[in-house]
Amino acid sequence: MTATLSSPLSEQITATFARRRLVALAVPVVIFAYLLYTFFAFDIPGLAQRARLDNAAILLSDFWSHKTHVTRNNRTGDVVVAIEGEGKGTYPPGKMPDWVSIDGGVTTVDLGTGHIVTYDDAGARLVVPGYGTIDIRPEGNGLALTAPEPLPKWINASDTRIAVTTPAGRFNYTKSKVETFRYQAGWELFFFTLDSPFHGKSLLQLVSLAVSGDRVYPDRSNFSAMVQDVWTNQMWRHSDVVWALFETVLMAFLGTMGAAIVALPLGFLAARNFNPLGPLRFAFRRLFDFIRGVDGLIWTIILSRAFGPGPMTGALAMAVTDTGSFGKMFSEALENIDEKQVEGIRSTGANTLQRARFGVIPQVTPVLLSQVLYYLESNTRSATVIGAIVGGGIGLLLTQAIQTQKDWEEVAYYMTLIVLMVMAMDSLSGWLRKRLIKG
Amino acid sequence: MGSGNFISGDLMADIAASAPQSAAQSRDAYLDMVRRKRMYGGILLVIFIAFLASGWMLADSRNAGGFWNGLPNLGQFPSEVISEAWEKRAVLPGRFIEFLPSLIETINIAAVATLIGGLMAVVLSLLSTRGLARWPRLIPVFRRMMDAFRAIPEIVIALVLIYILGGGPVAAVVAIALHTGGALGKLFSEVAENTDLKPVEGLTSVGASWGQRMWLGVIPQVAPNWISYALLRFEINVRASAILGFVGEGGIGHDLKLAMQWGQGRYDQVVAIFLLLFLTIFLIDRVSDHYRNRLVKGN
Repeated sequence: MTATLSSPLSEQITATFARRRLVALAVPVVIFAYLLYTFFAFDIPGLAQRARLDNAAILLSDFWSHKTHVTRNNRTGDVVVAIEGEGKGTYPPGKMPDWVSIDGGVTTVDLGTGHIVTYDDAGARLVVPGYGTIDIRPEGNGLALTAPEPLPKWINASDTRIAVTTPAGRFNYTKSKVETFRYQAGWELFFFTLDSPFHGKSLLQLVSLAVSGDRVYPDRSNFSAMVQDVWTNQMWRHSDVVWALFETVLMAFLGTMGAAIVALPLGFLAARNFNPLGPLRFAFRRLFDFIRGVDGLIWTIILSRAFGPGPMTGALAMAVTDTGSFGKMFSEALENIDEKQVEGIRSTGANTLQRARFGVIPQVTPVLLSQVLYYLESNTRSATVIGAIVGGGIGLLLTQAIQTQKDWEEVAYYMTLIVLMVMAMDSLSGWLRKRLIKG
Repeated sequence: MGSGNFISGDLMADIAASAPQSAAQSRDAYLDMVRRKRMYGGILLVIFIAFLASGWMLADSRNAGGFWNGLPNLGQFPSEVISEAWEKRAVLPGRFIEFLPSLIETINIAAVATLIGGLMAVVLSLLSTRGLARWPRLIPVFRRMMDAFRAIPEIVIALVLIYILGGGPVAAVVAIALHTGGALGKLFSEVAENTDLKPVEGLTSVGASWGQRMWLGVIPQVAPNWISYALLRFEINVRASAILGFVGEGGIGHDLKLAMQWGQGRYDQVVAIFLLLFLTIFLIDRVSDHYRNRLVKGN
């Protein structure tokens, strides 16, 4: 009898196991097949051709260094030394850096480690240690190059343009101008631009200037002049950046809190135990679903059409999007409360508002607060993206810096600031959560 | 005996004499405390409201168009768009089909990023959970790693990678996957902390390697919760992928940006994209809600 019973049972179990084994095998196979499909759909084999590793190299070098352009206009003979080639970083005549010397028509650039570039009336010469001298002269309509043969790969020469890349710097000669780029560590002009009297001073000198009485400007103290010069730095625009960071945090704060304040009463109206009217409840539920379904992107576009670019548009977009999420979560939290506390408050003759205030709010506050703080955290991150769309905050500065495709040191600076801002907001909300919820 | 009675009687009298007084005192102290608490709460509330109000006013003043000027225009754009789309309603089905490939690209970006990020999160979370970690000393390293992945906003990585990789969906995939790895890793690790360690001990006793202990002892326990979190993340990632397309490149977000830049005359495209996005997100929301309920509550 046991045999007749156990046989179908064992068959059944064997079949179940076989099915499970098949599923366990099929899931990785399906995932693998899908990844294979996207591998070709995203054209990853073609990625190697499209990838611009030279761009990556420029980006990485700009993260920790800056370059100074020494440019001679071959028609007029004017020599300009400018940091990152920007007008705001141009050295005034007579105040050249110590590695550039201009003596009449001869300009000598010392790139360090024996690399020396000379511009003169005949053309330009470049001494590379261990290789020799590269001499370039204009000849007829083109350029004549004299250099030890065979030409190495780091010299790129054509009739109209000669480019030399060495570890010490890059060199470019065309008919109209000759340029030398020297790379140096650090972000130059980060604190003081060239027009500031404090430029080029060491930290010790700055401290002694700030402490001692010799005023650079007679009408204000050295310290306030320093602060002023840093704050109005034209290269790095510190005041704009600080405002942009503040705007980003402000957007996140206003958006999250605005949504929470609007969603709280709506949450009561959508909760089963507070709103006996079924159709109304249903309407609010669907409203929340609708708001969440219309993505934040679409809300941002619609609102920026009405209110124009700026931080308030971003804050409103976030507030609208999160009202849907908060409404749903709040109503669910309200439905899960313990009815006994409300019962107790009711027994003392409290009215509806008092029951809500003393019976419900204390119960749901920790849940709601932790959700609100979590959204504040995640909205600080989203505010960067939304800022890029609505045109406000650090997101706008970041996208602008990336679109110009040359100020990569600024991109690096903004990225660092964004990460620091997000981390600071994370720890702030973590601290608040501990203080407010765990007591 | 007698002295004992005397003492206890004296004590009783003392207590009886002091009782009403202390009750009154404690009531006063209690009311005082309540009053103080309410005052602090009130002050905090006033400060908070002042912060909020001044914040809105500041944001309003830094906006290109003011709030009250913009409010009447709120309906203008939607009504323009809808009326134009209504005139061209005959071509809308064609538009849906036209944008379907880019919608699929957006969803693919989100799905691949969720898969890769989820796998990253599995490894990172197991390595950073107390009691399960392969190298317990390295737990803080992996935790900080996840924090860093979470902290970098997707747009930063995406824009930089677009510049290096020359466009294409890979930049968005990497950006979203990194963020997903950090965000899911934290949630996964919280789930893994609550696992029952007995199966792991059993596997250790038969000489299972770390990989086998995790695969056979931990994963089966945490899989329902992990998959539920991953589904929620997928939904978030679809939205992120659309936004990244709008700011950067690729997918339906990019088509939306092009149509918006063109403005009037292409509002039928805008409506088609809005509807496609809405339906997709709504559908994914419903489906993932359904499966998450089934996974967590067990059928």
